[in-house]
Amino acid sequence: MKNRLSLFNVTSLALGFAFLYLPILLLVVYSFNASRLVTVWGGFSTQWYGALFRNEALMDAAWVTVRIAFLSASLATVLGTLAALALTRYGRFTGRTLFTGMVYAPMVMPEVITGLSLLLFFVAIGFDRGFWTITLAHTTLTMCFVTVVVQARLLTFDRSLEEAAMDLGAPPLKTFFAVTLPLISPAIAAGFLLAFTLSLDDLVIASFNTGPGATTLPIKIYSQVRLGLSPEVNAASAILIGIVTIGVTIATILSKRSLARAERNAL
Amino acid sequence: MPPKTSSVGAVRRTFSPWSDPAAVPLIRFENVTKRFGDAVAVDNLSLNIYESEFFCLLGPSGCGKTTLMRMLAGFEEPTEGRITLAGQDLAGVPPYRRPANMMFQSYALFPHMSVEKNIAFGLKQDGLPKADIAARVDEMLRLVQLERLAKRYPDQLSGGQRQRVALARALAKRPKVLLLDEPLGALDKKLREETQFELMDIQHELGMTFVVVTHDQEEAMTMADRIAVMDHGRIAQVATPGEIYEQPKTRFIAEFVGDVNILEGKVIGQENGLWRVETAASPTPLTIDDPDEVLHAGQAVAIAIRPEKMVIRRGAAAPGTQNAVTGEVWDIGYLGDWTVYRVKLASGEILRVSRANASRFVENPIDWDEEVHLTFAPDAAVILAE
Amino acid sequence: MARSLTKRLVSGVVPAVPFLWLVVLFLVPFLIVLKISLSDPVVAQPPYTPVFDWSDIGGFFGKLDLENFEMLVEDGIYLDATLSSVRIAGISTLLLLIVGFPIAYAMARAPVRHRPLLIALIILPFWTSFLIRIYAWVAILKPEGLLNQALMGIGLIHDPIIILNTEAAVYIGIVYAYLPFMVLPLYASLERMDNTLIEAALDLGCPPWRAFWAITVPLAMPGVIAGSLLCFIPAVGEFVIPDLLGGSETLMIGRQLWSEFFSNRDWPLASAVAILLLIILVVPIVIYRDVEARRLETQR
Repeated sequence: MKNRLSLFNVTSLALGFAFLYLPILLLVVYSFNASRLVTVWGGFSTQWYGALFRNEALMDAAWVTVRIAFLSASLATVLGTLAALALTRYGRFTGRTLFTGMVYAPMVMPEVITGLSLLLFFVAIGFDRGFWTITLAHTTLTMCFVTVVVQARLLTFDRSLEEAAMDLGAPPLKTFFAVTLPLISPAIAAGFLLAFTLSLDDLVIASFNTGPGATTLPIKIYSQVRLGLSPEVNAASAILIGIVTIGVTIATILSKRSLARAERNAL
Repeated sequence: MPPKTSSVGAVRRTFSPWSDPAAVPLIRFENVTKRFGDAVAVDNLSLNIYESEFFCLLGPSGCGKTTLMRMLAGFEEPTEGRITLAGQDLAGVPPYRRPANMMFQSYALFPHMSVEKNIAFGLKQDGLPKADIAARVDEMLRLVQLERLAKRYPDQLSGGQRQRVALARALAKRPKVLLLDEPLGALDKKLREETQFELMDIQHELGMTFVVVTHDQEEAMTMADRIAVMDHGRIAQVATPGEIYEQPKTRFIAEFVGDVNILEGKVIGQENGLWRVETAASPTPLTIDDPDEVLHAGQAVAIAIRPEKMVIRRGAAAPGTQNAVTGEVWDIGYLGDWTVYRVKLASGEILRVSRANASRFVENPIDWDEEVHLTFAPDAAVILAE
Repeated sequence: MARSLTKRLVSGVVPAVPFLWLVVLFLVPFLIVLKISLSDPVVAQPPYTPVFDWSDIGGFFGKLDLENFEMLVEDGIYLDATLSSVRIAGISTLLLLIVGFPIAYAMARAPVRHRPLLIALIILPFWTSFLIRIYAWVAILKPEGLLNQALMGIGLIHDPIIILNTEAAVYIGIVYAYLPFMVLPLYASLERMDNTLIEAALDLGCPPWRAFWAITVPLAMPGVIAGSLLCFIPAVGEFVIPDLLGGSETLMIGRQLWSEFFSNRDWPLASAVAILLLIILVVPIVIYRDVEARRLETQR
């Protein structure tokens, strides 16, 4: 019985991961296709990568996207961490219910609504649409994700560590920087990465809030894709996938190593 | 203080500032009350703790002992009353400005700092010169015998080693008082016993005041100069371990500390300074030597007798034997050092009697279902007014 | 006293800054949408009438009407789009449960040392661009695409099957893109489950399949609810997937909003559609918030 169960388990994992990874794999494989027809294999070639780097519009869009992602993720990390502290350390303050509502709603609210409402807001206050409006919009969305990630860490945080620091003579602010911050920093870093990726990836909110000179990569890719499949987009995608894979692999290895160390030392 | 009690327990007989009216307490709780919403955690409690004392707060969970300690450390403020430490009123003094350090139940070692960094943390907050900090850290590491593990991180230590680091860290600042919250709770039995004596040695060596919170009566009995037994936010009794065990003030204390048999009865009167008490357990009244109690005839009382203070013999008691009850053996538990008999009386009550196994072999030992009788001396029992 | 006042001010900043940020950039914009959805479509041609004219507060409220919403009801396309959005999101959520549960279950039963890797593998696609992952399916599902090539290659079919630009493609896209959001909450509740519970059930004479329904499924319910809401809510308002995979036949409300806004440039009507979409989602969002808040509380 045990064997049959585990065979079933292995099969579901294998099928699940095949479903998740095959499309991405095919995308990467066909980025090396010599043929302009994306679905017909015409031999191996790296020509589309060359074309990609010569495509100035695409490169500009990539640069704009990275700048927006970095800025908004940094802002979101600060705001989200403050919000998480407020929600876990400030007990019942006035407006707490409204606060939690405003933190959770943007995460599940359809992006079209968030995008539209921010756009109307920017128009209403006469703020020119462009780089900054996208940055502010992304900050608002992604700070909520940072809040949830950091909040989860703070809730499992052993409060007696902070009490110990205070007991040993460290005032609250010093306690925060000497004990709390170092211990929640992995969660903060994870929150930053999440915010960065979400911003990098967003099409809908950026489309609503974009303006002259602020075409992000997703907007650019989307407009190309609507015209049909393009091998250049395949190449761009493959590069993005490569970067993410390397990053996540390194992070996994690092966390695995620290886990192994902890396990070894527990013996 | 009756002369009889000064010989019981492991009291440092020369050290008893609490019985010296001229002694000034180091810590004073004066009518302290702490409420959390509607719940009263500490109820109008007054208590004095003296310098160099090893003081235990003992009680079941939820009795308020931890709250009391946290008020001393500064993590909670009393709702009413005041706490002074070395004459200083602690009201409004934050934890980081109090000359009291705490060893946490979870140890609360900073996982991102090495052993020596953990120990140095408090000293750094005081802005001591680097050389002084290093010297003190070395001294502390020697004291808890962890010199070789200075560079390790908490997750690289065993439970016992962590406990020592936590102790060293709290001791490093030489606080006026060291607070220990269930200091041995996370250790296994063997290690716990060893560590109890180590803690006593360290306390003796440093002459520091220790206040320990524990729910483990054996731990409290072993280590403390005095124990405060707490129940529902109040202090039930403050006394030396010997007094707590031999002269419990209430039924709660008698039952919480050690094993005890309780016989319910009614006072008949006093004869030659001894109380005569009528019980269902014995056809003749029992004679109890407890001169401190002020009782009146007809009063309902409980008689408390420790299992080791009764003698078990085969057969029914001879008529006229003082303080004898007859019954049959219900259970026998062999514990190695002790054998525990549970004896069912005709009245239906079950009494526990223990006998030290002083020799390796016993001829014709008492067996299950045998008729036996139990006797005890008048001064072996205590009367507890209901 | 002054000291504690500064301290209070400093510590008050912690909740105040993010709170104000969200009020200004989430709550206020939202109220503006509400206001514009009630303003006149004719006057409100792009950009539209000023949102708030401080000198004319009476007029501000006076000019509001439900004209846009009347239009939403009269023109059947919006109602159809709403219904079909809910239907597509509901079916997709069900499919996600069917696909996600075995995966989450297998992950929770895998050896502990393999679990971090499995979790990383589930999350990894999420870190790669959503748009790119949907785009990848265009090449697969096209009539002359890779799936049809493969199926014809092994002789299973002779003529290409039409999947792209149908609702089926939308289901595939949603299941594919949202799978991590379903698997992770399911895994979290399954992983926490004590395996001896199953052993106890078996020991008490319950056959494995019945133990699964009697023990595993009820205990996984918090994960099922969280995962389903986490998928259903954004799926209702999905734009990219129906736009790239669903073709012109697939009606979805998010897409309708997009085209009202970008193609028809009718901002008030787009706002009304946004409000309509939100009305549909307000109940699931509130439930989800409660479920999440409770989960965080019990994690302590």
